[in-house]
Amino acid sequence: MIIMSEKEAHIEVHRDDEASKLGMWLFIFTELLLFGGLFLVYSVFRAQYPANFHEGSLELSVTIGTINTIALLISSMTIAMALSAIQKNNRKLSMQLIGITLLMATVFLFNKYFEWSLKFEHGLYPGSPLMPSLERGDLMFFSLYFFMTGLHLLHILVGMVLLTICLFKINKGTLHYQKYIHLENGALYWHLVDLIWIFLFPLLYLIT
Amino acid sequence: MANNVSHTTDYKILARVVLVLMFLTFLTITVTSFHLAAFGVTVALLIAGVKAFMILTYFMHLKYESLLLRILVAMIFVLYAVIVLITFIDYAYR
Repeated sequence: MIIMSEKEAHIEVHRDDEASKLGMWLFIFTELLLFGGLFLVYSVFRAQYPANFHEGSLELSVTIGTINTIALLISSMTIAMALSAIQKNNRKLSMQLIGITLLMATVFLFNKYFEWSLKFEHGLYPGSPLMPSLERGDLMFFSLYFFMTGLHLLHILVGMVLLTICLFKINKGTLHYQKYIHLENGALYWHLVDLIWIFLFPLLYLIT
Repeated sequence: MANNVSHTTDYKILARVVLVLMFLTFLTITVTSFHLAAFGVTVALLIAGVKAFMILTYFMHLKYESLLLRILVAMIFVLYAVIVLITFIDYAYR
């Protein structure tokens, strides 16, 4: 005798995947404007303190930044592939690809930790006693550096949580080839994270 | 309500896109390593724009999405450009 739980027996009648996706896109618009606003602040102060911003960016490691960029680009590809995989009902491949995405994200986290440690060792961190003694231009650069990379890091963490939840859902069977909107939205969020970094990397690390 | 009518992106296309993105990344790094000031900035931002377009179009699936969504996304970038322009005009005339 098979007993179905109440949840399984109940038919979902109010599901609208297109609306759900639109909702995620609307949220993405707010995120674009959020980081866009920060880029704008960066642009204005960069124009006002060109020498300080030039020196500041020389303190950042292009090597670590490049590795982070590659990691995020690969992770964007793998999460897009994971979505294609679940659409083709390839559960195992989808889970493996999400796993690789999370691995790339962990590489990013590790690099960030290493990068920031270098700064902290030199007394450069938000609220440090060294910061107020810096020239205004330097203070602006490093404040923006920590705030923008920090906010981005927060988004990486949130994205990792969302994708991990998707991973568990696929394993459990509640996310599958006929119901994958959560993975689709999670993937969109992850691409946003990559999109932001695409601009963050040249502006902070490369332009001197 | 089944939802399996939407387009599935081919793995090959996704792989090709990431290769192009990596090439553009190395191109940016190379150009900016010459320290060409304003020219370097412009090239870097232009390439970043191309990369963003590719991510939006292929990874974020906009190429296969509804016209409504594509127009909304375009409008957000237009809005942002207007905000940037007005801010720069403000600062330029202070």
